[in-house]
Amino acid sequence: MSFISLAMVLLLAIFLGFELIRKVPATLHTPLMSGANAVSGITVIGAFVFAGNDMGGLAKFFGVLAVFLATINVVGGYMVTDRMLSMFKGKGDRNAK
Amino acid sequence: MQNEFIINVVYLVSAALFIIGLKLLSHPSTARRGNLLSAVGMLVAICITLIDQQIVSYQWILIALAAGGVVGAVVARKIALTSMPELVSLLNGIGGLASLAVAFAMVVGGSLATYIVVILLIAIAIGGVTFTGSLVAWAKLSGKLGNIIQTKAMVFKGQAIANSLLVLAIILFAVGISFVPQMTFLVFVFVILCLALGVMLVLPIGGADMPVVISLLNSYSGLAACAAGIALNNNLLIVAGALVGASGIILTSIMCKAMNRSLTNVLFSGFKEVSSVSTKIEGEVKAISCEDAYYVLEAAQSVIVIPGYGMAVAQAQHAMKELQSLLEGNGAEVVYGIHPVAGRMPGHMNVLLAEADVPYELLLEMDEVNPRMENYDVAIVIGANDVVNPAAREIKESPIYGMPVINADLAKNVFIMKRGMASGFAGIDNPLFFKDNASMIFGDAKDSINAIIRQFAD
Repeated sequence: MSFISLAMVLLLAIFLGFELIRKVPATLHTPLMSGANAVSGITVIGAFVFAGNDMGGLAKFFGVLAVFLATINVVGGYMVTDRMLSMFKGKGDRNAK
Repeated sequence: MQNEFIINVVYLVSAALFIIGLKLLSHPSTARRGNLLSAVGMLVAICITLIDQQIVSYQWILIALAAGGVVGAVVARKIALTSMPELVSLLNGIGGLASLAVAFAMVVGGSLATYIVVILLIAIAIGGVTFTGSLVAWAKLSGKLGNIIQTKAMVFKGQAIANSLLVLAIILFAVGISFVPQMTFLVFVFVILCLALGVMLVLPIGGADMPVVISLLNSYSGLAACAAGIALNNNLLIVAGALVGASGIILTSIMCKAMNRSLTNVLFSGFKEVSSVSTKIEGEVKAISCEDAYYVLEAAQSVIVIPGYGMAVAQAQHAMKELQSLLEGNGAEVVYGIHPVAGRMPGHMNVLLAEADVPYELLLEMDEVNPRMENYDVAIVIGANDVVNPAAREIKESPIYGMPVINADLAKNVFIMKRGMASGFAGIDNPLFFKDNASMIFGDAKDSINAIIRQFAD
């Protein structure tokens, strides 16, 4: 894909991000951040090619390291966000639990 | 070729799931489902990427995935929710380091066009600064390295010059590497310089400004992924990275507005001399016993609680919830007024109170409570100081003049739970303590609340 179309994707994603996140209430800002941590673990899919290839020892080492670190973010981020969000209960849900 | 098409179609689905997940995060009742959808998007993206034909061996990928998954799961389960600021700053740092590692692997992995090398160097720089910056932020938040890295702003002579030289060196190395990317040694030095810059940038920022720093580093961790995505020609990396980057930038700007300061001011204020404005406040501070506080609270019809970092330190949220139930049983209305920068990260107080089982409908924002402050019989300030300082409205010379604050002083009675008469982070006196309607309850916030609870029992 050309650099320009990548830049176009980037631009649209940033504007979409601004619109979506503006609507997140202050009460959920901490889960928003830990959820964002999980999403930024997306680097893991970029790291596979280097971890599963033989382009030289150094590249492989850093690829494996990246997969390991990014997976911590993905798993840790989503799980801790879920744990937090499970505690946000409204008045109505309180008797059910 | 066919695989590549399938991968890209699935990436499209993942991107949609991330976006819908974020959209559902706009209300507490749907947020959990949103997080789950986002996680599903991530899972399918990871699974489908494994069919990429460029991957020749899976052994190390699977080992790294399993190891990372175990570490992540253990941390997410074991961590106390009171340590969320520390955890989020650690995760920011890990995300930055992961992007750095990917970009580094690509630079040393093969011959690349010059513009790709430049983008990779940007990814390395942002990732490196995010990594070490987050580690310093973590140290400041947890206080675990208190001897070496202090919570307050740390400034030394010539720091500004040292930072400028560091930035200059980074730029020079970047130019050099883009000409001869095969010289791995240069890339190593470049990485080390970027890591050093991260430390230098966060050291001079004080503990109470951490909400801004964490938000900013959160944004950086996304931008680093974004830069790596452009170099790798990967749309999903770009979209996800941009969403995270945008989220961090918005939070940063909300935090800055809530402190009435510019981002530059937050990042570099450590370098300035603290202007000691000594406006002497005339008046007397009244202390009140828990027993007397009980009598007032028992008669109150409406109560507003304003928590700050002190509540987190004293772990007083569960006791407060108990007091809330007693007050409600007594027929009073209880709400919580939460300032955007109360605590050490965006939404810090909300998570603590949610953990203590306070319904989210009762957690109100500053703009919701200020117009009706006169109607509250009692305002209880727990471990907050600067965010309720009326000097921000009244005293033009005050360093925090103009900062939006919760107008606790306008309530009929104000109880301030506080350890002693020390001033807040900003180092300024708080005229609130001297107002006629204000009374201090000295001591540990948790103990004080428990003492009031015991009065209710009698």
